[in-house]
Formats: sequence, C-alpha cells, structure tokens
Amino acid sequence: MSFLRKVRAIIGKDITAELHTKEMVSAMLVFSALAMLIFSFALDLRGAMAEAAAPGVLWSTIAFAGTLGLSRSMAREEQSGCIDGLLLAPTDRTAIFIGKATGNLVFMTVVEIALLPLFSVLFDVALIRPRILVVLLLGTVGYAAVGTLLAAIAVNTRAREVMLPVLLLPLAIPVLIGAVQATVGLLDGADWGQLGGWIQLLVVYDLVILAVSLLTFEYVVES
Amino acid sequence: MALVGPNGAGKTTLLRILATLSQPTSGAVQVGGLDLSSAGEEARRRIGFLSHRTLLYDDLTAEQNLRFYSRMYDLDPASPRVVALLQRVGLGLRRSDLVRTFSRGMKQRLAVARAVLHRPSLLLLDEPYTGLDPQAVDMLRDLLAELAGDGCTILLTTHRLARALSAGQRVMVLHHGSVVYDRPHRALDEHSFLETYRALTV
Amino acid sequence: MIDETTTRKPTQDLTGLLLAGASSAFVIIAVGMVFLYAPRELTMGNVQRIFYFHVASAWVGFFGFFITFLSGIVYLMTGRRSWDIVGLSSVEVGLTFIVMTVVTGALWAKPAWGTYWTWEPRLTVSSVQLLIYVAYGMLRASIESPEREARFAAVYGIVAFVTVPLSWFAIRWWRTIHPDILTGGEGMAVTPRMIQTLIVSIVAFTTLYATLLRQRIRLERARDALTRLKLRLERGPLSGGSFT
Repeated sequence: MSFLRKVRAIIGKDITAELHTKEMVSAMLVFSALAMLIFSFALDLRGAMAEAAAPGVLWSTIAFAGTLGLSRSMAREEQSGCIDGLLLAPTDRTAIFIGKATGNLVFMTVVEIALLPLFSVLFDVALIRPRILVVLLLGTVGYAAVGTLLAAIAVNTRAREVMLPVLLLPLAIPVLIGAVQATVGLLDGADWGQLGGWIQLLVVYDLVILAVSLLTFEYVVES
Repeated sequence: MALVGPNGAGKTTLLRILATLSQPTSGAVQVGGLDLSSAGEEARRRIGFLSHRTLLYDDLTAEQNLRFYSRMYDLDPASPRVVALLQRVGLGLRRSDLVRTFSRGMKQRLAVARAVLHRPSLLLLDEPYTGLDPQAVDMLRDLLAELAGDGCTILLTTHRLARALSAGQRVMVLHHGSVVYDRPHRALDEHSFLETYRALTV
Repeated sequence: MIDETTTRKPTQDLTGLLLAGASSAFVIIAVGMVFLYAPRELTMGNVQRIFYFHVASAWVGFFGFFITFLSGIVYLMTGRRSWDIVGLSSVEVGLTFIVMTVVTGALWAKPAWGTYWTWEPRLTVSSVQLLIYVAYGMLRASIESPEREARFAAVYGIVAFVTVPLSWFAIRWWRTIHPDILTGGEGMAVTPRMIQTLIVSIVAFTTLYATLLRQRIRLERARDALTRLKLRLERGPLSGGSFT
C-alpha cells in the first residue's frame, strides 16, 4: 500500500538522518543520565527511598528527555522548510503524522532501553521485566503521539522549542500518573489483574490521543 | 512564463497557492484541468516547486534526499534516474556527501533536481537564479529549456527584469496582488518594458 | 479573516442586559442561601461554606473549557472567526473561575485541615486546568499570523480538553490508593439543604460565566471592527491609478 510505504519512508528517513549525526539520541541519553543524578542528589535517594522513588524519577526523566527529542525531530522538518517538501508530495497528511510519531516513538524507546540498565543499577531496582516494559511502551506511545502533534504546533511559535514542554506536560498527566503507579504496583509484586485500572487508563489515553491527533494534524501542518 | 513584480506584490503567495501549499481566501484554482482543493493529491503528482528554501534534509546525503522524495512521489527509489539527475545538475561526484556540507549553489542545484524528479508537467520556480554562480545559471537555463521542450509548463518569478525577458515566452507583472500586465515577450524590448514596469508599479 | 459577521453596529445589548440581570439575581440568591439557608456543617463549622463557591467555580472552570473545546471543533470545520472569539473568551473567563477554585480551595483547606494545599482530586485537576489555560494563552501570544493563531489554539483546546477527564480519573484513583494522611478524604455530612444550596450556587456561577463570556465576546468583536477600520483607512488613499 502506498500509504504504508510513505510512512515507512518517513520513518526510514528520520532514522537515517539520526544515524548520520547521532545528535538527538546522544543528547537525550546524556540529559537523562544527568537528570537521574540530579534527582538522586537533590532528593537524597538511598536505599528504600531510592526504590520507592525509582518509577517516578524514571518517568520524569523520560518526560523531560522526550521533549528534547520531540522538539529536535520536528525542528529538522522546519529547517530548510522540509515540511513543505512533505506537503508538496501527493501524500495523505495523516501519513506524515504517523511517520513522524512512529519515528519519535522509536527514538524515545531506544533511549529508554539504554536507560533501564543504568537505572536498575543506580536505584537498585529490577526494572528490566517484561510487564514493566509493556507499561513503558504504552506510556511512550501516548506521549510520543501527543508530543508529535504539539511539537508541530510549537515549532511555528516565536518561542519555538521552549513552548513544547509548556504545552505538552499538563496533557501528559494521565500518562505520568498511570505509568508510574502501574510500575510501582509491578515492583510491589502486584499481578496484571490488580493493575487493571492503570493499564486501562493508559490504553484509553493512547487510543483517544491517537484519534484526536490523527484528526487534527492536517489543520496544524497546512498553511 | 516569467512573473515579475515588486516585493510584497504576492509572487510567492501565488506560487504557493498553485503548488497547493497555501489556500486561496476566495475563488478556486485549476491546474491541468484538476481543481486543487478537490483533486489536490492528483495535482501534486504533476506539480514541481522550487522554493527559496531548499526543502532538503541537511542530515542526509544528496542521493538519500532524492531517493526519499522518490518514495514520497510513488517512484521507484532504486531507479537510475536519481543518479542521472544528480549528474545532470552537476552533483554526480558529491552524491554521497551530506547536504549540510554543500554550498548555497550546490544546495540550489540539488533543490532543482528535487523539484523535477517526478517529471512534473507544471514547474513553479520562486526566484530560482538567486545565489547561483554563472555555471549553475547556465545549467539551470539549459535544464529549463530542455523541460519546456518536453512540454513542461514553467512559471518562474524574479525581480530581475532582464532575466524575465530572456527566460520566458510570456511576461506578467504582479502588483498589489493583481496581474496588471501580460504579454508575450517577443513584442518587448528591454528599455520600453522597463518604462512600462516602472509606470505600473508606482 | 475578520469578517462582516463580527462587526455589528453597537446596539442596546438586550441579551447582555438580561444575562447580567439574571446572574446578579442568582448570585444574590446563592450568597443568601450559602450564609442563611445552608446548615452549619458539623465538623468544620462556618468555614465549610466556602465549599459551595469552590465547587461551583470548579464546575464553571471545567464547563468553560468544554465550550472552548466545542468552539474549537466548529472553528476548524467552518473557519469563521466568531467561533475563535468564543474559544478565546471562554478561556479567559474560565481562567478566572479556575483561579477562584484554587484560591477558595486553599482558603478552605487551611482552617479545615491545617494546610493550604491538599492533593484533593478536584483541586488538583483544577490546577492542571489552570496550567492548560495559561499554556493556551501563552500559545496564542506566541504566534505571528492571526489565522494560524486561531487554528493552533483550536487544536490545542481540543486535545487539551480531551485529556482533562483522563487526568481526573488518574488523580482520583491515585488519591484513593494514597489518601492524604492529613485530610483522609472528604469527611463531610451532606444534607438535602446543602445539595440545594450547591445547585443554586452552580446555576448562579454558570449564569455569571455566560454574562462575562458575552461581554468578552463583544469586546473582541469591537476590537476586530476597529482593526478593520484601520486597515480600510490605510488602504484607501493608496490605491494606485492602474486598477481603479
């Protein structure tokens, strides 16, 4: 299908560009490591406190590092007017959205996977477990989707990248609460059934956000 | 066709509307029989646009840029046309270099390649000669002549009147958003055209 | 973009007067009920009376957001400036009520529970809405072209509103699992009189919102009319000889 081929082309293009420079992912990784350290020092996280705080610190770090990646990814399109290049082509605007959002999801996931071992060691928690990874993915999907939409808006403002955290973070609260609580539950040994509510919340959020973003993206991106 | 006019006359806006990048505030636009608001996607296959921004990804190579756009236009990305086109615009040797290492002139050459990649039947060029060195100017002129010969309609804007006269078969003057002059250029000589232009754009 | 429909002649604004009258009446009745009709609450005493204003303004804050959401959708579908005006006006008026919610919440919390801030669900979700309203305002202020400003604001209003119910549920579940040790949930004995007072307060605040909204819309339309006049004056003497 032509639509999927174009989505794949956009994802491929973003990954290729990133492989050439590695700027975005490395910045996100370094920032995340620094954030983790700062949280540890500032909150004096040791022992039992570290374990209790781990999910919160993890998701705060992901949220902030995520804004870096989302801004940068959209800035790449704005630079040299490339977004016009995409709009000139005979392409469904939603294909552009899905392509960019999936690319952003890939980058965020790569950074998260790199972070987890570091996290587990520093905070002495076993975070590398399948269910926790599922929660990680569910949360990141929603965050990347709404983040891509809002980044497309932010890049056209006078304040540019600075605008994105302001717009994005209040909207990401369901993800932050849901993902953190689900992770806390899993670390405490709860099983999937007991977490039902949080998982449902994340899934509903993802679906709703995806639907709204797909419907409104063309209004953001067309002039 | 050449479109001239003072700054702010609306040349870029007109081109962007024709390229489907902007919406007109009123009225409808047809290109090649296709109404742009309803048959936009189909129309885009046949329209090429050279903007004053390069529309190129700095972090990709020249070749990767063209292959990406091939995919976006439903063309075969592995087609030899990409390499042939790069050679045609004089970038054959630099095809595996990142665009961020290119000079302004080289980027403009690549942008031209991008604009004609999908063999459009309408080519819109916004001030295409700006920033080009003499060889590049020759290259572009030859390329445009070739395309025009193949049946492509070319509309370019410029603020250099001499350029307009040498380039087009038809010259139009745009002022405050309206076309105030539209003649085939054979009937013009530079001096009288300059007088007319000054009078119209007072 | 500023079209004829936004520049009506200034006439006696009958609807506006009616609304102002109705809201004044309702607010007076509500205040009367809050202080005279509603009973003195068992555990918290007279301080609890703030609760009626707190809940009413929280409701209006959310309702205002809902109106912005709806007008955003209609604006994207029609492109008419009137709907954009409704959206931005509703955010401004709604913001006022949300600030009231947070302030009354804090004022109530201190004497009732000894601390200015509790992570009580309603208060928390109102704070989130406050931040979203502010972000909306910042977004509008940060865009050059008016047409883009309206479009982006509409999209943001839609996406943001959709997340608010989800935030509400998230916060509530979070609070049920980790109840605030200090407040221990809402310990309030509710009587029918209290419910009646609450309903009247909500009605009063909603009509007040409608009154303020109307005035804000009229203000924006007047601004549009002024801008249009200015543009006409600028263009007038400059029309060139070539196309009259």
